Amino acid sequence: MAGLGGSSGELTPLTLRERHAALGARFAPFAGWEMPLQYEGIVAEHEAVRERVGVFDVSHLARAWLRGPDAAAQLRSVTTFDVTRLPEGQAHYSLYCNDRGGIDDDVFIYHLPGERWLVIHNAANAAADFERLRAVAGDAASEETAGTVMLAVQGPDAPALLSAVLGEGFGALAPRDCAELDWEGTPVLVARTGYTGEDGGECIVAADRAEALWDALVAGGATPAGLGARDTLRLEAALPLHGNDIDATTHPYEAGLGFAVTLDDEAPFTGRAALAAAKARPRTRRLAHLVAQERGVLRAGYDVHEPGGDAAVARLTSGAFSPRLRRGIGMAYLPVRLAKPGVKLTVDVRGRALPVEVVRRPFYRPGRQS
Amino acid sequence: MTTDHDTPDDLRYAASHEWLRRDPEQPGEATIGITDYAQDQLGDVVYVALPAVGEAVGPGAACGEIESAKTVAEFYAPVGGTVIAANDDLEEHPELVNESPYEDGWLIRLRIADEAGIDDLLDAAAYRAQLPES
Repeated sequence: MAGLGGSSGELTPLTLRERHAALGARFAPFAGWEMPLQYEGIVAEHEAVRERVGVFDVSHLARAWLRGPDAAAQLRSVTTFDVTRLPEGQAHYSLYCNDRGGIDDDVFIYHLPGERWLVIHNAANAAADFERLRAVAGDAASEETAGTVMLAVQGPDAPALLSAVLGEGFGALAPRDCAELDWEGTPVLVARTGYTGEDGGECIVAADRAEALWDALVAGGATPAGLGARDTLRLEAALPLHGNDIDATTHPYEAGLGFAVTLDDEAPFTGRAALAAAKARPRTRRLAHLVAQERGVLRAGYDVHEPGGDAAVARLTSGAFSPRLRRGIGMAYLPVRLAKPGVKLTVDVRGRALPVEVVRRPFYRPGRQS
Repeated sequence: MTTDHDTPDDLRYAASHEWLRRDPEQPGEATIGITDYAQDQLGDVVYVALPAVGEAVGPGAACGEIESAKTVAEFYAPVGGTVIAANDDLEEHPELVNESPYEDGWLIRLRIADEAGIDDLLDAAAYRAQLPES
């Protein structure tokens, strides 16, 4: 067999590394972190999240804070979404764009009482992202990734579990609400957000209480889930991954992320002019969603063809086997004439032309079937 | 992971993690599969591409692919021969490679072209000895 194994360089271990190891985790390097890739298996963990509830250690995500009366305006000047409209106790998805309108990172911004703002950055972009905040906020920006642990609790049973563990305060949160709850004397920052398409929440807790919170969630029925399942879950939900589906060369409108860009205020922000121009222009390509029509797995980097066509029309930005659809699924920027549901294409799977069809997103819409 | 991997004593092994079982009734034929260690490293198998019956495969040559949720790996013929059967059950149930790597999850049967090639394969003890420390 070829393709087994791998090596890793200097990696940052998670605070809960020993907990993960004791649960049988396989670790893999990701953006400089040693992350649990899987425990009992990607498909089993995926299904646990879709059917019940799973818990992910996502402490690799960078946590940057901005504080003070100027924080909202400072954030607005570097992100696409008008966060000055975001009420206290709510969170919203936003983007860091460059001057060309390309996406340098996608972020989640939380507005907390007392003029405090938390921004979640992707691990791979953490250093550049924090510099962006420092450039506009100086010492009012602080990165507080070390010293805390971030856990995502996802699945149809996640709200009940989070209410049982953290108290009824969680149940009062609407989607994308955030709050600081008191958990047995420890403050836990919790938001009703996630990256799986499921209901649930994400919690940030001081590192010295993280083991206890992890243990309480697992004891309460959450299945430990790794990065492998996180990727298949987010892809089924058609949520883009920065570095794969969106990057500094793609703009939000072709990626279907126009909802994260506010242009109806006059506020200047990085990329505004380019984004206004991009919005006004007709699209040339659009991030489209492909489902394999035969057995086979789609993977990032595979070429997409029109049937019988020699030249590739696109390349998959993400791909995986969907445990829910039992088929290969993937995303690619297709020319707009092809980016329509029902269009039949092929993907070159290592020399084999695998038929695929363009579908509406998401690939899978969560909802209790029983 | 400290799981001990099953390595039956009656099989021969390739260092590339395939096993070979000679058929006691048909000594010129052998069944090929991947080891418990290999399936464990791959994780959930979701698709298996097998060679066609009648295809000639060379010793150590790639003759099919196993896709798991996280990766794809080629598998090699431990000895040269002609494919006389492929495990059609894997089309509907690729997970058999995980659940039963030495029995229901077999991959292909070969008519062996070169008997001497079998002598070059590892026995169970030698295969176990060269697995990475877990």
